[in-house]
Amino acid sequence: MAFTALLANKMRSLLTMLGIIIGVGAVIAMVSVGMGVRSNVVDSISSLGSNMLIVSPGSSNSGGVRGAAGSRTTLKYEDATAIKNKVKNIDYVSPSVSHSYQVVNGNQNWNTSVQGVTQEYMSIRSLEISSGSFITVNDITKRNRVAVVGSTVATNLFGTSNPVGQNIRINNQPFKIIGVLDSKGQSSMGQDQDDVVIVPLTTAMERLMAQNYVSSINIQVSDSEMMDQVQEDVEILLRQRHKIIGGKEDDFTVRNLTSLMETMTQTTTMLTLLLGSIAGISLVVGGIGIMNIMMVSVTERTREIGIRKALGATFKNIMMQFLIESVVIGVVGGIIGIIIGCILSTVVSQLGSFTTVITPLPIFVSFTFSVGIGLFFGIYPARKAAKLDPIEALRYE
Amino acid sequence: MSNSGNITIRLKGIKKLYKIGQQEVAALNGIDLDIKEGEFAALMGPSGSGKSTLMNILGCLDRPSVGSYMLDGQEVAHLTDDQLAATRNKKIGFVFQNFNLLSRISALDNVALPLVYAGVGTSEREEKAMYYLEQVGLADRADHQPNELSGGQRQRVAIARALVNNPQIIMADEPTGNLDTKSTKEIMEIFQKMHNMGRTIILVTHEPEIAVCASRQLLVRDGVITRDEGKGVVLDVV
Repeated sequence: MAFTALLANKMRSLLTMLGIIIGVGAVIAMVSVGMGVRSNVVDSISSLGSNMLIVSPGSSNSGGVRGAAGSRTTLKYEDATAIKNKVKNIDYVSPSVSHSYQVVNGNQNWNTSVQGVTQEYMSIRSLEISSGSFITVNDITKRNRVAVVGSTVATNLFGTSNPVGQNIRINNQPFKIIGVLDSKGQSSMGQDQDDVVIVPLTTAMERLMAQNYVSSINIQVSDSEMMDQVQEDVEILLRQRHKIIGGKEDDFTVRNLTSLMETMTQTTTMLTLLLGSIAGISLVVGGIGIMNIMMVSVTERTREIGIRKALGATFKNIMMQFLIESVVIGVVGGIIGIIIGCILSTVVSQLGSFTTVITPLPIFVSFTFSVGIGLFFGIYPARKAAKLDPIEALRYE
Repeated sequence: MSNSGNITIRLKGIKKLYKIGQQEVAALNGIDLDIKEGEFAALMGPSGSGKSTLMNILGCLDRPSVGSYMLDGQEVAHLTDDQLAATRNKKIGFVFQNFNLLSRISALDNVALPLVYAGVGTSEREEKAMYYLEQVGLADRADHQPNELSGGQRQRVAIARALVNNPQIIMADEPTGNLDTKSTKEIMEIFQKMHNMGRTIILVTHEPEIAVCASRQLLVRDGVITRDEGKGVVLDVV
């Protein structure tokens, strides 16, 4: 019965549905764009290494004059070893030092960050080697003058030729290139992650920089649930080792990449919600369109309602007839909207170099919403129809 | 002919009052009326006489302001809207001047409509609707929409619809008002046939030549019944 009435006014039904179609389509497209941004952010943060804790030295303090963060020299290689041995739920511990040096190959030179790390660094930072190999335990113990270069450094010093096996000079000391890193591109903070030279930690500390302290310790925790616990354990251990008692200030800081990730995810979730709710407004507008058309339909069919009532239709019968009609508009419009929304977000991801993620939740929510809107905005006109006085309805021209 | 038969309709002191501004106007001003089962009564009167209001009350489309209306032994003057709807559905069949068929559905579906609200299943609905379409001689037009039928045919579809739920009373409001002479004759023959089969028929008309087909003539004027001829004449059910 509802279908007959809707089919009798095809153009009108279609236009009414259009409001719902656009609403649902927009919600799905917008939310999938938002989810796409979110998964981009999550990917780029986890490319820094997941479940990471970074220990860095605090600022120095001599006679009340405080130095820059990281200027303390109290964080030692032995601290890293102690953390690895004494704190539970840790996969890797990688202490590192870094300094900017001029790197030279023949008549080419490049100023870059040289990092002294251990072999675990590769796993922690999720690095990939595109050719050659990474630093080994052997290189660490023997303080070998070997280096792994990032792709930016490789291009600037060697152009297109393969640098593996070639020699470069770092701070006028010869190093042999044993590997080239896979390109990681820019970090989410806009840093070029490929502009780096990696050398064994011991070589860097003793041969290049002549220092006995490290500039940071990266810790990979085995389980993301354990992050806070491990962070606390590391802090307690380091305070013990550095003999910091009571309320005295730490001479180090432990940062947590997961909390950064959480903040970013929260931000993008807010963004998604914002986009979704703006699109949701058009869904409500579509619902008002349904109400409008149903009101017209009730007025137009006053006589029909009168006839039905004279023949014995009850309040409920008439109410249901019009409610079903508006719900059908909601359902059909919702389904078409879902299809269009999915197509739209696929097109967006194809055209822009943009990831969109279609998840079942916004589809389910916007569909339920569109059916609900059909129901909600149908109730008033349906009630109006059902409450009509049969005599007046029959007299209506 | 005899004067026997059960009383189907009994109106006592029926008044219908409307408020126009500060003034109360009585459309019906104290109607007492008995109609027996199997009677064929014609309700006549000039426009504004209150005969339409009386018709609406008799048809359970409206409630009286004052008075008692016993339909088939049941007081209907104070039923709720839905109870009135159910009463209309089961006990009364309507035939209107302008047919009042739904234009978008077939003749068969139009006839079956009261059965939808009576809660009858689809197959039984179609079977019954088809039977009554045959009775009015329109079995071959079952799939036609009302706008594909002539006026007389439309009125016959409407009569089939009035009969389909097998009601005790048929209410006809100027059923021949929009029809030519030939169709009028056909329709009146059908009413005659229904009367012969023992149904109670109440016919509203202002044409005396139509009214004479009925066995009883009632004249309504200024909200009261001023003439009542042929009261209680009922055909013996053969």
